[in-house]
Amino acid sequence: MSTPDNLKYTKDHEWVRIDGEIAIIGITDHAQNELGDITYVELPAVGKKVEANGELAVIESVKAASDILAPIAGTVSEVNNALDDEPEEVNDSPYENGWICKLTDIDASEVDGLMSAADYEAFIK
Amino acid sequence: MTKQTILYSSHQALGARMIDFGGWMMPVQYEGIVAEHNNTRNNLSIFDICHMGEFIIEGVSAKEDLKRLLTTNIEPLVDGQCRYGFMLNKQAGVIDDLITYRLDENKWMLVVNAGTKEKDLQWIRGNVSPETGVTDISDQTGKIDVQGPKSRPVIEEILNIDLSEIKFFRFKEIIWKNKTITVSRTGYTGEYGVELYSDNDTITELWQTFLDIGVKPAGLGARDTLRLEAGLPLYGHELDEETTPEQANLMRFVCLDNDFNGKSDLLEKMENEVGRTLCGFKIDGRQAARNGHSVVIDEKIVGKVASGSFSPTLNSSIGTAFIDRKKSAINTVIGIDNGRKILDATIIDLPFYKR
Repeated sequence: MSTPDNLKYTKDHEWVRIDGEIAIIGITDHAQNELGDITYVELPAVGKKVEANGELAVIESVKAASDILAPIAGTVSEVNNALDDEPEEVNDSPYENGWICKLTDIDASEVDGLMSAADYEAFIK
Repeated sequence: MTKQTILYSSHQALGARMIDFGGWMMPVQYEGIVAEHNNTRNNLSIFDICHMGEFIIEGVSAKEDLKRLLTTNIEPLVDGQCRYGFMLNKQAGVIDDLITYRLDENKWMLVVNAGTKEKDLQWIRGNVSPETGVTDISDQTGKIDVQGPKSRPVIEEILNIDLSEIKFFRFKEIIWKNKTITVSRTGYTGEYGVELYSDNDTITELWQTFLDIGVKPAGLGARDTLRLEAGLPLYGHELDEETTPEQANLMRFVCLDNDFNGKSDLLEKMENEVGRTLCGFKIDGRQAARNGHSVVIDEKIVGKVASGSFSPTLNSSIGTAFIDRKKSAINTVIGIDNGRKILDATIIDLPFYKR
């Protein structure tokens, strides 16, 4: 399982990366592995406002549907439309091509309350 | 207390993800459901099916007892032939769906679902003649399925048999390493294949033999998507004690010439039936319907989803639902309410996949 050091992690197995004014969000390698083959990602609408821990997206695997929660509050500014045709990118590349959406209107200090890579690795052990 | 099959340690060694199914810890997947599904459609896979139940019904009255217990038309069966059918309660609901094997005129084997095994056994024991023997051989019987278009030469080589001698829904007892294996030309995937029964040790050795030559295992996840594509019912989804075979569109497995338990209620319900019927549907896209989702037309609920999944073979989502008969015509456009939005779907004929 890979857990990049430059990301922050939630207990619900999302990751977030702050890039200036923008937060990029996805699910962890551990999460994609637990879910199994991902068959569909219900992406949020661009412009949607979310609170921290608010419902952001839904990921479906062959067996079940799971909520993806927002690690921090913000407004959806971009979604990864490539996942419409290739949801398996979330399995194959959870931290790169499998990103889910980007948020603006963020308070970057909110990520201080999230887990570091080391904390997350200990959490999933 | 969940039980483990004799192949449990093999599943662990293979890195399987285990789940509780019908009281058993079973592998839901090894490598991944889609990969295992596709491997079964394109090559071959082996499945641990040791959790299922097997009963021996024997005695001079066994056949007549089974004709009263089951909807299955067993009268024309010859030794070495088997047939699918149902055991009904008095209200014509399905207690279980099962396969009946004719070992000989006075000796039969029933293969039943794991989750229903104990109630099946009670029902059978309470409904056979006193002289008929009912023996549960499940604990000492192992079962693996070998399924897929490329399975035949592999099975023939390992077991040293000629499968052209065993037609569909026939079976044969063979000797392998001095042990008896029942080779049944049946399955639950819609592909060519066999179901193999033997004692636990022999099945363990056989399973390892298939693994050793590179045959990949498939878990219950792929078994479910394979059977759904093939239009085969799963007890607890398409069938249960509140559903008649007629509602499940499976009357071809009901012999109305026989006086089986539940027949009078079945006939009466068929006469007066205005309720629901099982339909297949295809969703426009990859988002799946799930068991229990409502089926809607013009914002009115007209049915309920029985099974739903993404279909790896069709690359879109499919499912089955019990739908109000008056709304159940083929090509009817329906909506599936997944709790967040209404998915567009169309009623289509079963099966979704046929080789």
